[in-house]
Amino acid sequence: MEKRFDSAAVILPLLGIGLMLFIWTAISLKVAPDLPSPLKTWQESKQYILDPFFKDGEMNQGILRFAFLSLVRVAKGFTLAIAIGTPLGFLLGLSPKFNQGFDPVIQVLRPISPLAWLPLGLVIFKQSEPAALFTIAICAMWPTVINTAMGVRSIGTEYLNVGRVLKLSPMKTLTKIMIPATLPYMFTGYRLSLGMAWLVIVAAEMLTGSPGLGGFLWQEYNSLVYSHILLSVLAIGLIGFALDRLMGVVERRFKTA
Amino acid sequence: MIPALEISQLGKSYDSPQGPAEIVKDFNLKVAEGEFVCIIGHSGCGKSTVLSIAMGLNEASRGGIIIAGREVVGPGLDRGVVFQSSALLPWLSARENILLAIDQVNPRMTLKVRRLLADKFLNAVGLDGAADSYPDEMSAGMRQRVGIARALALEPKVLLLDEPFSLLDVVTRMELQDQLMELCAKEHKTVLMVTHDVDEAILLADRIVMMTNGPAATVGEIVSVPFERPRDRLGIAEDPRYHQVRSQLLGFLEARAHGSATAVPVVASQPAKTAKPKLTSEELFMIEKYTGFNRFRGKFRRQPAPANSPAPLSRAEAKLV
Repeated sequence: MEKRFDSAAVILPLLGIGLMLFIWTAISLKVAPDLPSPLKTWQESKQYILDPFFKDGEMNQGILRFAFLSLVRVAKGFTLAIAIGTPLGFLLGLSPKFNQGFDPVIQVLRPISPLAWLPLGLVIFKQSEPAALFTIAICAMWPTVINTAMGVRSIGTEYLNVGRVLKLSPMKTLTKIMIPATLPYMFTGYRLSLGMAWLVIVAAEMLTGSPGLGGFLWQEYNSLVYSHILLSVLAIGLIGFALDRLMGVVERRFKTA
Repeated sequence: MIPALEISQLGKSYDSPQGPAEIVKDFNLKVAEGEFVCIIGHSGCGKSTVLSIAMGLNEASRGGIIIAGREVVGPGLDRGVVFQSSALLPWLSARENILLAIDQVNPRMTLKVRRLLADKFLNAVGLDGAADSYPDEMSAGMRQRVGIARALALEPKVLLLDEPFSLLDVVTRMELQDQLMELCAKEHKTVLMVTHDVDEAILLADRIVMMTNGPAATVGEIVSVPFERPRDRLGIAEDPRYHQVRSQLLGFLEARAHGSATAVPVVASQPAKTAKPKLTSEELFMIEKYTGFNRFRGKFRRQPAPANSPAPLSRAEAKLV
């Protein structure tokens, strides 16, 4: 079938973005004079965008440089989150007793804000970087834990019966049946966890003052350069969107399994 | 002679809020080596329960099952199992699914030899070109062929089949029945198969065990099928004895369908005192309703393919040839 150009798919999103810019402009003109308008934001930030890799001190770098620093931090925290979350999810899914014991703990830990974890991380680790990673990991791992546990619980009995009649060893049952059967759920969890990690990064960098998009945002707020806050906000949004899409592609690859 | 499979005084009950619910009671059956036995009965009568205990997936509450001189205490590689749904692992190719079984019985062979062995079993079920296909790329019939190949790959003494063809369309089902007959003739396996299809049972089995309705289901009648194996489905359909056996089975099922509590006398291997030569349309309707059998199959029989042309292939399978 020939693929036709869908004009609505281009025009409608552009309309949405246009409307957003209009509201932004209106607010900056009428409601909050301190809020830079889109045009002013562009003028004051274009150096960061047009030369995205310049470096002029720790806290004055091109936007992609900051983005890279944040992404590295998120990658570390996220890896830690899934490294702990996946086996934990498996345990919860496999053992109803373990689940009964730990479910209340998880339900209580889950809604705790990163802003609350960070000071605790600082108390435990005495340094900002490990505290930031700890916060990202502990906030981001719950979707992985919960989805993995759900995936393990919903492995078809027919698959498990195959394992039983073939007398597969526990190790083989895990690698040949349980992990492949749970993969789609695990990746849904990973996708949500990555989104969460990206949310947490800003808070973590703000409070620890580490260089990155969140740290830059907080510093520019203190320096009264409000247009750079908007620059950071937009960059965070765009990168978050890109990450989600990327994980979406990976997730779909495993859906067929 | 020691039977290949012996079920004695088998009972299964579950605890329910109303007290223990008895599913199967005092089930006795001896299956000789190389014999093909079908268990037939209404849905929910407990025939699958008996089979799952034989598979080792379910525990007997009383009595037990002895296979090749050993009591069944759990799953074992001495039994090849085929499930109703093929239960292939969708993330493994046909060959890998079979390798899973082969690896269990031949752990010392090199991978190359094991792969050759896997392909041999795929050939045996007529799937030469599909070794690298994944289950979602195969038709239901092909998947069930792989399921059978996986069971055979254990090279078991006993095959346990749980309604293996009930989810297939009529044409595919006939092909697989023929394939199974051929394999059994060649390998001389002992087979215990659960089915709800009267004609399938007559075509494949040496003896047909009819189970009474639950609760506390047990062996109602055992009918011997008087045809030599391997059989030809059109040939036996012409035989008057075919209809005797068939109406005996249907008579039994029909009596149960009406919920009559009167025990049907056990007339093993002596077809048809109760046989009705002609069925009224109302009876036919009941039979269709309760056995899943039907006029369509009848139609097939009336229009046999020309003797020299091969059995029709389903579209997906035709591609492989």
